[in-house]
Amino acid sequence: MSRRYVGEWVTRNEDQRLLTGHALFVDDVRLEGMLHVAFVRSDHAHAVLRGVDASAARARPGVVAVYTAEDLGDYWQPGPLLVPPPPIDGIVFNLATQVPLAKDRLRHVGEPIAMVVAESRYLAEDALADVVVDAEPLEPVTDLERALEPDAPVIHPQLGTNLAAHVVQRHGDYEEAKSRADLVLSRRFHYDRGASAAIENRAVAARWDGQAQELTIWDTTQAPIPIRNGLAGMLGLMQSQVRVVAPFVGGGFGPKIMMFYPEEVLVPWAAMRLGRPVKWTEDRQENFFATTQERGQVHDAEIALSRDGRILGVRDSFLHDTGAYDPYGLTVPINSQCTLLGPYDVPAYDAEFRAVFTNRTTVTPVRGAGRQHGVFVMERLLDFAARELGMDAAEIRRVNYLVQDDFPHDHKILFQDFQPLVYDSGNYRPALEKALELIRWEGFPEEKRRAREEGRRLGVGVVSYVEGTGIGPYEGARVTIEPSGRVRVATGLGTQGQGHYTAFAQIVAEALDVDVARVGVVTGDTREFNWGTGTFASRGAVVAGSACHAAAQAVRAKVLGVAARVLNVPEGEVELWDGHARVRAEPQRSLPYGELAMRANPLRGGVSPGTEPGLEATAYFGPDRGSTASGVHAVVVEVDAETAMAKFLRYVVVHDCGKLINPVLVEGQVQGGVAHGIGNAFFEKLHYDESGQLQNASFMDYLLPTALDVPEVSMAHRETPAPMNPLGLKGVGEAGCIPTGAAFAQAVEDALSDLSIEIREIPLSPNRLFELLREAPAPSSQGTAP
Amino acid sequence: MTALPTEVSVLVNGTSHRRAVEPRLLLSDFLRHDLGLTGTHVGCEHGVCGACTVLMDGEAVRSCLVFAVQADGREVATVEGLAPRDGALHPLQEAFRDAHGLQCGFCTPGFLMTLVPFLAENPDPDEHTIREAISGNLCRCTGYANIVHAVRLAADRAAGRAEVPMSTGETIDPVEAPEAAALEAR
Repeated sequence: MSRRYVGEWVTRNEDQRLLTGHALFVDDVRLEGMLHVAFVRSDHAHAVLRGVDASAARARPGVVAVYTAEDLGDYWQPGPLLVPPPPIDGIVFNLATQVPLAKDRLRHVGEPIAMVVAESRYLAEDALADVVVDAEPLEPVTDLERALEPDAPVIHPQLGTNLAAHVVQRHGDYEEAKSRADLVLSRRFHYDRGASAAIENRAVAARWDGQAQELTIWDTTQAPIPIRNGLAGMLGLMQSQVRVVAPFVGGGFGPKIMMFYPEEVLVPWAAMRLGRPVKWTEDRQENFFATTQERGQVHDAEIALSRDGRILGVRDSFLHDTGAYDPYGLTVPINSQCTLLGPYDVPAYDAEFRAVFTNRTTVTPVRGAGRQHGVFVMERLLDFAARELGMDAAEIRRVNYLVQDDFPHDHKILFQDFQPLVYDSGNYRPALEKALELIRWEGFPEEKRRAREEGRRLGVGVVSYVEGTGIGPYEGARVTIEPSGRVRVATGLGTQGQGHYTAFAQIVAEALDVDVARVGVVTGDTREFNWGTGTFASRGAVVAGSACHAAAQAVRAKVLGVAARVLNVPEGEVELWDGHARVRAEPQRSLPYGELAMRANPLRGGVSPGTEPGLEATAYFGPDRGSTASGVHAVVVEVDAETAMAKFLRYVVVHDCGKLINPVLVEGQVQGGVAHGIGNAFFEKLHYDESGQLQNASFMDYLLPTALDVPEVSMAHRETPAPMNPLGLKGVGEAGCIPTGAAFAQAVEDALSDLSIEIREIPLSPNRLFELLREAPAPSSQGTAP
Repeated sequence: MTALPTEVSVLVNGTSHRRAVEPRLLLSDFLRHDLGLTGTHVGCEHGVCGACTVLMDGEAVRSCLVFAVQADGREVATVEGLAPRDGALHPLQEAFRDAHGLQCGFCTPGFLMTLVPFLAENPDPDEHTIREAISGNLCRCTGYANIVHAVRLAADRAAGRAEVPMSTGETIDPVEAPEAAALEAR
């Protein structure tokens, strides 16, 4: 019996280091002679930058250098476009990317203007006040509709417009569908996101070794390999001269894959120029201004249905706030546009968006990456339609689900990976039925009635979603059996807490039949592995996991080959068992992997032509398309109509991410995602005022949910294997936070069903809910039970 | 403005350290950068996130809200001092590992240092008490549930009570991945 690890709870290989305080995070890097950086940042959302006088700062004791845009010379370049716009007919895309230090114009509060390098961070921060910035404020652009008016101030004069993009995607004939409809509903929705708020802020440290002519960079990035490749190009170095290490990273959630942040470009440059190691660590306030965010969309959406609740078509037109720059292309709004379709059969879809530049921090993906905006719109439309049609909220979803025979299902529009939006597989209805069972849907009206008699308002919500996961282009892995018998796995991804050190070890341990604790995984160090892209789009386990699997299979074949030669039996008679290769019929004839590794790398006797030394293999995996995960969230909330406070009483997730590698890791991802989603739904909002100033740039004022706010999620799993990869995997990293706002809105509305309010916006803070309640018409006098 | 350095003497994890520090130096920076004890993490520097929690004379404090000079003559304990020896874990650390109470692990030292004195005072806490105890520590990864489980597990183990095994959600119609099935059949 071989060892089974895939699908099992295995405690994590990385935990020992993290729990004892010995894991290396970027700010822990301490080097002899290290210098420290602080940035002068814009106080203005929109201004002309007339000049910067850094002379007093340069004269301050302890200050080693102060750089402005002028000092960068030819090194000053706008950043690259990371994701070009997809090839959609008629697409408009206007590019404007961030610059290392502002020159001429200031486009959002927190944009870096000057870099101070000093002997300590304290001294660097002291010198910030010495730098005199001469700026003339301009009218800030903060409202999406106003931004597109002809007389609005233009943020990027070279573009002549604040329009960043215009995209139309259609399939079917919506007008025709609408003409046949029994019910047509249209609404305006606002969906605002927030900060990623990883507890670790960003940091970059760099050391130039002049003797070795090597640059080493420690970076809190989710994508160390593209960072290395890009910086080598910018700095005129060979890629092999640059090593980027993303060591332990304290949470990513999307913004840590944005590149190149100004600080990422400047710190290595300064280290080379000054010949001393340089480090910058973001503080929390900087994080609110300088780390990318996800923010608002305004949707005007319409749904056409038949009397029995079947969707005939959907039309959606929205504005998307892309912030001051758009280096990440259209990933977020394309995700919104595509994910709106959810698990449903939508015969006609007429979808359009405009991305708009504003004088706020740049928008790039944050966990969910625009998917929750689309899910919110669709789920709310279905809720309102169900109410009009007198249908149960579960039933209207049930009748619209794609069914087994529909897969693969082509929605005939393009997804963020430029591939057609094709769902590979799915099985939605059993997930719904399970969620209804776990949330006790059937008995809920009685539960609600009884609670109401006690003066308590309960409400229930149930929503569905899909998540495109595991997209290409590719990832790779190298698996090596060392002479000690231990197995080493190297992959190019960065890791930010997902458990890659364990999940990848499980895949390899199972393929090689070796103790999982003897499999050491290294990620995020370009010296160890330097082909790949990064950790995003819930793709690590799917894409890098599949590469680990392929490399392990290749090593397995090598082990069998070497063992057959050494044991002098045909390969078919060798089997692997607990770190040994042995003759199947004579199990006492057995060799440990360590010895085979030595035999495969002989000091005498050659390696025959066509073979390679060692027990090592590198493999790559690049899926044609992503795999579509899905699920159902159900929630019961209690709402206090006096205080407008809502409490989560029960939360259910039935999730399908294909084959589970490690159920406890999956559940950790889902529980954490739900917490993030709850924050987005009810606690977290970036309050920008009309002048583009963020009013709550601290954890005192920007509220992350605490242990008292987040309920324990009851979970069940379905495993609909993905046909796109050998292990049947789908991603799970973002699922927990995608439909949370939609579920919450439905449940709050249900709790207030006698007050006829409609929730068409997220986040819904207690303050905002209080306003909605005050605006609501008085309850009917027909008694208390709704 | 910088001021003249002041001599401080602090006992950290049982080792005495004497250093000249600026009066404005935060205890968190003193521990991390002057003493190299980088297990104490800094998440907000305004006393909300709790990642920098250490013990001062046995009490949990936010080291970003304490100046190093205030620790003069005091005893400080950090996460590095929890485990009894290299390669071993403190029972609370073991419980965090066994209950998957950490993901990225950045906030974890702060949770551990908050919980050590809490468990000493509350050997049999219920769920709500645990949640209140950790409500001043922010975690963005876990959603807190497994941290609560870890605390229960540590408390149960310490009292010799039966442990609640790590349970996972039901898997409806589990499948064999095609490749795994093939391996099994070989």
